[in-house]
Amino acid sequence: MGNAISVQDLHFSYPPQNGGAPYPVFDGLDVNIEEGSFVAVLGHNGSGKSTLAKHCNAILLPEGGSVQVFGMDTADEAQLLEIRRTVGMVFQNPDNQMVANVVEEDVAFAPENLGVPSEEIRKRVDDALKTVGMYDYRSHAPHLLSGGQKQRIAIAGVIAMQPRCIVLDEPTAMLDPHGREDVIRTIETLNRENGITVVLITHHMTEAIRADRVIVMQEGRILTDGTPKEVFTQVELLRSAGLEVPATTQIIYELNKAGLSLPLDALSTEECAHVLYETLKT
Amino acid sequence: MAAIIEVRDLCHTYSVGTPFEHDAIKHMDFTVEKGEFLGVIGHTGSGKSTLIQHLNGLLKPTCGDVLLGGESIWKDKQTTRRARFRVGLVFQYPEYQLFEDTVFEDIAFGPKNMGLDAAQVKQRVLRAAEFAGVKASSLEKSPFDLSGGQKRRVAIAGVIAMEPEIVIFDEPTAGLDPAARASLLDNISTYQKATGATVLMVSHSMDDVAVMADRLLVLNEGQIEMLGTPAQIFAKAERLQSIGLTVPQVTSLFLRLKELGLPVDPATYTVDAALKQLLRLKGGA
Repeated sequence: MGNAISVQDLHFSYPPQNGGAPYPVFDGLDVNIEEGSFVAVLGHNGSGKSTLAKHCNAILLPEGGSVQVFGMDTADEAQLLEIRRTVGMVFQNPDNQMVANVVEEDVAFAPENLGVPSEEIRKRVDDALKTVGMYDYRSHAPHLLSGGQKQRIAIAGVIAMQPRCIVLDEPTAMLDPHGREDVIRTIETLNRENGITVVLITHHMTEAIRADRVIVMQEGRILTDGTPKEVFTQVELLRSAGLEVPATTQIIYELNKAGLSLPLDALSTEECAHVLYETLKT
Repeated sequence: MAAIIEVRDLCHTYSVGTPFEHDAIKHMDFTVEKGEFLGVIGHTGSGKSTLIQHLNGLLKPTCGDVLLGGESIWKDKQTTRRARFRVGLVFQYPEYQLFEDTVFEDIAFGPKNMGLDAAQVKQRVLRAAEFAGVKASSLEKSPFDLSGGQKRRVAIAGVIAMEPEIVIFDEPTAGLDPAARASLLDNISTYQKATGATVLMVSHSMDDVAVMADRLLVLNEGQIEMLGTPAQIFAKAERLQSIGLTVPQVTSLFLRLKELGLPVDPATYTVDAALKQLLRLKGGA
């Protein structure tokens, strides 16, 4: 399959504030996101994750280099609407993303703006709400829902546009463990069953483990890039980037230092438990 | 140790007499000891935020009472006002509450309202800024020019500058990256050790409270589900999961190991404690 997003030699800096110097973020970044993949992007604050996300649907434009979205150049203003329709964004704070007083009207907002016929809107809204598991709440008021529910409504609002790719910028940062799990499961469904390309920016290693591919960013560069197992076994590299490794990896890493030789890529609790059991049982 | 906060048969009902009437807290009883670090956990809607707003008199109980140092905070107006200074509340996302022209002025707002003179105010601002990890070079800047993490630290400094006997943090690390989270928790811990303040921390992160707290208060549907040391609480991992909470990853790993038949303590919740046990097993094997 081709690339959903192709970033080539991207240069970008934020304009100076209060007469200071411009703040450089990217100095020649190259990255491709394959169509149909589920990619997690990790990195501490200021590593460029959100700036990259905003380049994926032309909220920000490159100063140098280019960003192609399904073959469309984000700098081409004539394609702007099509780009925004093709790549949907979900942000951290669900309260900033609600526009209507009723859930289904909120979900209908984007297709209405795209001029979709009303019968088609009805169908898309219902389908989108069913996909995120919020159909029963279609006539509720968004402000009375929990954070996780609001975030799923925001996702429904995006998928009602029928995008080919969704970029989520820390969608679970403000949610409790329950809401977080609901949102991640929704994202997995969109990717696995609806074939939507997903770019998930997150601080949570437990979420990144569920992606096909993990990209770790540091100071506007890619520090490491690979499957979750390839990435999380690089304990020292991740620590040097100010990131945590899962507790399971930490335990195996320390035990190996103490003389055992266990596979570092036993990431899930279940895998790790079995590895430990096999080695330590008497 | 002496009790500093006593919550007696506390209830709170929102929107009484409307279709939205809702019992957020139902007959809650517990005490907080002076100088302790109490973690408050519970899923969304369990009553955590409603509870903490009672502890400094922002919400008035529908029934029951809150005692501070043995005295009801609702005894008279002066006592209620005093409770607001004795109990500092750091809300969720406190960075949205900054409003002054400079960081210094923002932190000074509380102490000024307490009627302190300029020299005392300055001393408190500098001390609070240091505890909260606000850079000295930021004090004359506009709070709105700081990063999100620094803004949050300014808001925290604004509360501890009032030198409250009790500080309550509502999800202080929400939305921070792992490095920022660890650093802020470290500041809170240092602050508590240096001042002997009583600290309550509301958190969704079991991993955070497990390491920080002396005791954990677990809420479910407006009631106390459990109250005890982290080891006591995490020993009941299944009950936590049944009320929609997660346990630290180390605890779920150890529960599984126990199930598989290894002689480990399932109430283990830190990587260090986990390693100690596993290395002992390895030595014996």
